[in-house]
Amino acid sequence: MSAIRVPVIEKIFSANDRMARLNYDRLQKDRVFSVNLMASPGAGKTSFILQTINRIKGVHRVGVIEGDTAPVTIDADKIIQAGMPAVQINTGGDCHLDASMVSDGLDQLPLSELDLLIIENVGNLICPAAWDLGTDVKLLVASVPEGDDKPYKYPNIYRGLDVLVINKTDLLQYIDFNMDYFRQGVEILNPGLVTFPVSCKTGEGLDAWIDWLTSKVKEKKLH
Amino acid sequence: MHELSVTENILSLASDHAQKSGATRVTAINLVIGQLSSIVDDSVQFYWDLISENTICAGSILNFNRTPAIFRCLACQHEFSLEARLSPCPSCGSIRNQLISGEEFYLDSIEIEK
Repeated sequence: MSAIRVPVIEKIFSANDRMARLNYDRLQKDRVFSVNLMASPGAGKTSFILQTINRIKGVHRVGVIEGDTAPVTIDADKIIQAGMPAVQINTGGDCHLDASMVSDGLDQLPLSELDLLIIENVGNLICPAAWDLGTDVKLLVASVPEGDDKPYKYPNIYRGLDVLVINKTDLLQYIDFNMDYFRQGVEILNPGLVTFPVSCKTGEGLDAWIDWLTSKVKEKKLH
Repeated sequence: MHELSVTENILSLASDHAQKSGATRVTAINLVIGQLSSIVDDSVQFYWDLISENTICAGSILNFNRTPAIFRCLACQHEFSLEARLSPCPSCGSIRNQLISGEEFYLDSIEIEK
């Protein structure tokens, strides 16, 4: 008996991508602008989300899905304390959120009352890059203490981004971080990437981010 | 990395296509993996042998066809592969480059017996 070759040509992530498409459609129905927020552990994801919420909460209603590998609600508690609905998803040890976990999260949020959804992915620069969640944009919070070589070492995550935030710029004066070298790596991978250097500690640079974000949220309401 | 979930996806895709083709057994799985897709072959192979047991894919061989990451310079059109680390175009020094291959990650084909 000889083997027969059957052509397939299908992406390995096709099941996830289909689910991501369903998530996108659900969010589109309620005109909720959505952000898949990724970063390494400790880059300041939660601080960045809290700063963002504080600056827009009078105007826009924000929902948050918090992804964590362990069954803790530390991050979600902070968001709820800030007055916004949050859902904690425990990935059960998995290194990333996938579209089906996000779908479960969407079930628990009042989507019709939201303008913006932020999904805080698991702290990791490798795995989250591969799993589309169905959001409008993918955002990475990089931070100065991680070092200026990260685009060179984790090209995949930088390739797929729509927005880059460079956090902890207040530490630039204490750390050997060559911003030109960092940005050259980003430019090679993702030419013209929208980038916001910020400090969640001092608030520097956050206004430009908020302007960009609110224009996107409003745009989504119209389309 | 997330090789276990990836391997589960490969098994599910391959089994679907095998059943649709009326296979009695799958003998090989041909994957195309770009250099930038950060998948570890050995790890996928390890999980494969575990999770494909007692399925139509049991005992099948995984073939990994690795494609290099290749950039095309937008300034001078020179094509170059990604070596040790990201660099500007080796021909003209421009950093305006377009990735033309290296992100692939798909199941190309399966080999079956009927």
